[in-house]
Amino acid sequence: MTADKKSSGASRRAFLKGAVAAGGAVAGAGMARAAGDPDPLITEVQDWASGFGEGVDATPYGLPIRFEDDVVRRNVEWLTADTISSINFTPIHALDGTITPQGCAFERHHSGAIELKKEDYRLMINGLVDKPLIFNYADLERFPRENHVYFCECAANTGMEWAGAQLNGAQFTHGMIHNMEYSGVPLRRLLEEAGLDTAGDLKDKWVYVEGADASSNGRSIPMDKALDDCLVAFKANGEALRKEHGYPVRLVVPGWEGNMWVKWLRRVEVMDGPVESREETSKYTDTLEDGTSRKWTWEMDAKSVVTSPSPQSPIAHGAGPLVITGLAWSGRGAITRVDVSTDGGKNWQQARLAKEGESKALSRFYLDIDWDGSEMLLQSRAHDETGYVQPTKAQLREVRGENSIYHNNCIQTWWVKESGEAENVEVS
Amino acid sequence: MSKSLKLYGGTAVGAAALLAVAFNFADRNITPMPERADMMGEAPANPDLGFIAMARAASEPHGNYNLGRMALPEEIAAWDLDVTPDGTGLPEGSGDVLTGEEVFIEQCAVCHGDFAEGRGNWPKLAGGDGTLADKDPLKTVGSYWPYLSTVWDYVHRSMPFGAAQTLTADETYAITAYILYSNYLVEDDFVLSHENFLEVEMPNADGFIVDDREEAEAHFWNTEACMSDCKDSVEITMRAAVLDVTPEEEEEAAAEPAAAEEVEMAAAETEEAAAEPAAEETAALNPELVAAGEKLFRQCQACHQVGDGAKNRVGPQLNGVMGRTIGGVEDFRYSKTMAAMGEEGQVWDEESMAAFLADPRGYVKGTKMSYRGLKKDEDIAAMTEYLKSFSN
Repeated sequence: MTADKKSSGASRRAFLKGAVAAGGAVAGAGMARAAGDPDPLITEVQDWASGFGEGVDATPYGLPIRFEDDVVRRNVEWLTADTISSINFTPIHALDGTITPQGCAFERHHSGAIELKKEDYRLMINGLVDKPLIFNYADLERFPRENHVYFCECAANTGMEWAGAQLNGAQFTHGMIHNMEYSGVPLRRLLEEAGLDTAGDLKDKWVYVEGADASSNGRSIPMDKALDDCLVAFKANGEALRKEHGYPVRLVVPGWEGNMWVKWLRRVEVMDGPVESREETSKYTDTLEDGTSRKWTWEMDAKSVVTSPSPQSPIAHGAGPLVITGLAWSGRGAITRVDVSTDGGKNWQQARLAKEGESKALSRFYLDIDWDGSEMLLQSRAHDETGYVQPTKAQLREVRGENSIYHNNCIQTWWVKESGEAENVEVS
Repeated sequence: MSKSLKLYGGTAVGAAALLAVAFNFADRNITPMPERADMMGEAPANPDLGFIAMARAASEPHGNYNLGRMALPEEIAAWDLDVTPDGTGLPEGSGDVLTGEEVFIEQCAVCHGDFAEGRGNWPKLAGGDGTLADKDPLKTVGSYWPYLSTVWDYVHRSMPFGAAQTLTADETYAITAYILYSNYLVEDDFVLSHENFLEVEMPNADGFIVDDREEAEAHFWNTEACMSDCKDSVEITMRAAVLDVTPEEEEEAAAEPAAAEEVEMAAAETEEAAAEPAAEETAALNPELVAAGEKLFRQCQACHQVGDGAKNRVGPQLNGVMGRTIGGVEDFRYSKTMAAMGEEGQVWDEESMAAFLADPRGYVKGTKMSYRGLKKDEDIAAMTEYLKSFSN
């Protein structure tokens, strides 16, 4: 199994290199014919045009076709001590549209992805509520439900790039993100079910949310947010959450850092202050240049990245029509505009949004150009509905220094060479 | 049932009032969702509900939907364990530095080091004083954590890694005291308890500010984004390829396509070579036991690797461990006892493995392995079978 994966990886890379090395003139066997000769793929009857394909039920639950088996999550081993408490990355360089398939959406665990049956699932609402309650999974399904698309971004996404360009690939620099359509019950509805009169003035109240796994990963959330748009979700992209994303129930905290999206949600406690848990003091706080640290930096700033071309997705076709594409998002609302530069930020042009930006969800942008085959320094710059403009890394460093670890939303630069290959660089 | 009746019988009277409260709430939050009134007819009409269930339901009406049930006090006590900076949630108890050192070495040192200095990539818990403004700050409990409650709470609920929620309150006080001692924040005769907990001063307690991005970074908002001739020149100032820390899809990644093909072939050969003996082995193994063992092995993965490419981590790699000389992996630093057992020629067989797994520290005094052991014989059999499936 492992060996199989490896060999397909090698052939994929060989393909990429081969295609790029040929200067883009040749891409694939079908093009190898002499100019003017008919294409045998068309003139000769192919096996698939004559015989059978697989019958229905060959795969009761389908996986991507084997030719796509390199579109997978990847881990950066040196980042963490162990995969049980670690993170991997969504292959955003190879995806299009905005919805992330669950099977390749990044994972972040603090003590591994646990198996928790619906039958064994319990959710406790306690603390400053009128009646502390226990819901089982079936109870949750009886509350009126909502559907929303939201991105979930780890606060550490792009965090390895603070001190300099490090990782060669959009998957590694920007892949701690996914975007799914969630079905679930607003947290507000569950809190109201338990009753909030006991809590008195809700303005200065908090909820503490924790998971059922060994890390429990508790986070404190201001009541305002809890009553606004937090969702207790049990479906993503139409089907049950995956084990690695918190099956059967996770919390969705739209626009806010992924660590707060507690998986295997088991308890919500109404409190009169934050717990100041490990995940909101020793981690997920951003140290500034003078050594003081920002805490409660929950919102994810507006950000964007060109996903193709990029180091893992080089240009294989040579000069001519080229689709430059990428993703943009903001934790404060909808993306209103994305600019793209091909010369490292000297000049910009407005990209085309595939559709109008949705609040706290990924937007897909395209810039269709006629590439002349010369070098490019590709950048993208997001604007959101609050008027925020994505800053350069230099602008960010000016305020935050280089030790923030978290919340790096800088403009990314890919150096696209004449060969079509791309590299992660920083520019002046 | 009778218990819940007793507990909540008194609340039946307040039912009407509570429903009114609930409606109030629904009104204040504008919502297109179905009103409770729509649902009223349905709930009590269920013919399957017996008298007791009806009575129970009637005894605890709540909210807009009357879904879920009241949480029992002992359930809340079991899950509501969080501790806040003002000490709320701390149970009674105490622990001293020296006891803490013993427990720490037994339970924590395997990852965090004997002196809380951290091993490998695992977190360092001590040191780093005064480094927060440095190029590479060392963030530890002593240098960074603002509240002691966070340490107690996290150790108590989420540690040790792989055996969370096994520490007693006193052990947790002791470990917390030892971590303070490792950071030179208390003397070696210090005893931490629920009574003096708030007296401990954390050096970086004032080192945090609340998110000020909207003020400190106000210039990122509503800026006129430059569209042309934004700068005179653009130079590449840093390249990722220089550092080259990007993971390759495989380690032997070769620059030449030809070499990549070789790798591919080599991988295919290894696969074939591995396939044959594996088939023979599985014939002798009980697949159910192996599967059960694989699940159990998750507890071990934090420290041990097994299978293709397994390497020594905190613990030695376990390929071929069954039949191997005890302490027999070269380049791994075993405890003295374990090494001595190997020198005497002792081997990991079913008997010795069962004895070790049942009581690691009892069987190998001074073993570095921080693991409580498997209690059930069937678990030991499963783990052993699983390890056998990785024979050399």
